Amino acid sequence: MKISREDVQRVAELAYLDLSDAELEMYRTQIDEILEYIGKLNELDTAGVEPMAQVLADDQTADATLREDVAVLCNVAAEILKQAPDPEPPYFRVPKVIER
Amino acid sequence: MTTWTIDGTREALAAKKVSARELAANFYKRIGERNTELNAYLTLSEERAYAQANRMDALVAAGKPLPPLAGVPIAIKDVISTRGVRTTCGSKILESYVPPYDATAVERLEAAGAVILGKTNCDEFAMGSSNENSAYGAVRNPEATDRVPGGSSGGSAAAVAAGMAVASLGTDTGGSIRQPGSFCGIPAMMGSYGRVSRYGLVAFASSLDRIGPFATNTRDVAAVLHVIAGRDANDSTSTTAPVPDYRAAMEKPVKGLRIGIPKEYFAEGMDSGVRTKIEAGIEVLKKLGCELREIHMAHTDYAIATYYIIATAEASSNLARYDGVRYGLRVEDDSLLAMYRKTRGAGFGAEVKRRIVLGTYVLSAGYYDAYYLKGQKVRALIAQDFRDAFTKVDVIVTPTSPIPPFRLGEKTNDPLQMYLADIYTVTGSLAGVPGISVPCGKICGKLPVGLQIFGPAFGEATVLQLAYAFEQAGGGSV
Repeated sequence: MKISREDVQRVAELAYLDLSDAELEMYRTQIDEILEYIGKLNELDTAGVEPMAQVLADDQTADATLREDVAVLCNVAAEILKQAPDPEPPYFRVPKVIER
Repeated sequence: MTTWTIDGTREALAAKKVSARELAANFYKRIGERNTELNAYLTLSEERAYAQANRMDALVAAGKPLPPLAGVPIAIKDVISTRGVRTTCGSKILESYVPPYDATAVERLEAAGAVILGKTNCDEFAMGSSNENSAYGAVRNPEATDRVPGGSSGGSAAAVAAGMAVASLGTDTGGSIRQPGSFCGIPAMMGSYGRVSRYGLVAFASSLDRIGPFATNTRDVAAVLHVIAGRDANDSTSTTAPVPDYRAAMEKPVKGLRIGIPKEYFAEGMDSGVRTKIEAGIEVLKKLGCELREIHMAHTDYAIATYYIIATAEASSNLARYDGVRYGLRVEDDSLLAMYRKTRGAGFGAEVKRRIVLGTYVLSAGYYDAYYLKGQKVRALIAQDFRDAFTKVDVIVTPTSPIPPFRLGEKTNDPLQMYLADIYTVTGSLAGVPGISVPCGKICGKLPVGLQIFGPAFGEATVLQLAYAFEQAGGGSV
């Protein structure tokens, strides 16, 4: 067994994801099977292989594409706030996080 | 039913045989007839479509030149932002989200005269291979309505295949354009990583996500790709490499083109019906005078494991933004952290949660090296397989999917089996190369099969050249 119920619980907490007991058990079983399968990567000797994070040609790297730091007016704040579940322009309101 | 093409639409408009407005109305009528059964569209953007159609009709009336996609009715996958038009990503968490801006690809389509009909159904946040992971119900395959259309861009594929759009945009992270194209019997293309701006695409796995077209024929695929390709200041990963004239390039003869057939893609696990059609397709390529060579891509068998580490890791990070604060669903609680947990627990569907859990796990302390870092290293080996192959051949030909369209519900209880069906498409995703799926006959005259063509990075013109020659030589009905 690659992953325990406690592992799934811990990971769900890291991801701020409420899971029911049934979900915890289902994901444990399924992810265990997936991790078992992923284990086949250990057949490969990757010592000395550089990890690859992105497929980018030289002209696509951050250095090549940085623009001048100029302010551009976008003026969309009101429209963006309209999408919020609980807007208090110009703020997004959330439950109180600091107890007195 | 008339099959409209891009050129056919422009010619009909210019000759005043139809107005853009009438054409849009015809397509909405067709959608009204077909969509209840197929569920390909989630939202229709009639107001926007008719406003654009009126602009095209005004150009015609004034005798002005028509832009390349004038009046062409197009559908957009619902993970691509459309200003003022609801964009759900197939998720409950964005059920009422209306983007304040257009994706660059959408903006470019409209600037080229296209009429955006609406937004198409997809697997939630583009995670899936059957379109059954949409919070708004599955899409049915127009070619065989008891079957899935493929995924995740199932709605975009089905809309075009059922004559509910002339072309559409989908997105491809591990096969989500090519596989539904294959399943619905239409050409579907993913350009090189960086060829098309992702500005306005809701992110799933940023090192893999790409936008690309579906159409009824390869010339139309090329026309749409040409419009949406090219550098965009709003996407730092979009390349400055010039966009060639794909349509001119694809007319070139393919005699002598070196085609690699990777042995590893023809191993066990392929449906016999698919195999028969692909072998017949390869015969067509031989008759065209192409030079076929068997090649080896040694790390193919490790691609699924690699892909599902990298894609889920990136997804777990990208989807952290759905927290009930700035947009989308919020499930109230007195505590902020409990509000996050409840919102995400209630808003995401089963596959998205599965991938967030897996992705968070492979990135978490103690497992990062064993999974994520290992995955990145094997990704480098897979990309090297492609680079090596392209020193010997011009293009690589494979099946798009090892299996034909399967029945709705057939694979929903076994996520690993569903993942394994992506074996032929995820390789090219990891390597960043362009790929197209073109129709290659139907099993028993019913279930479509797709032939996949990969080219080297930014070799879209060669990929399209072969796809067009294959189509013209009758490859679609082998």
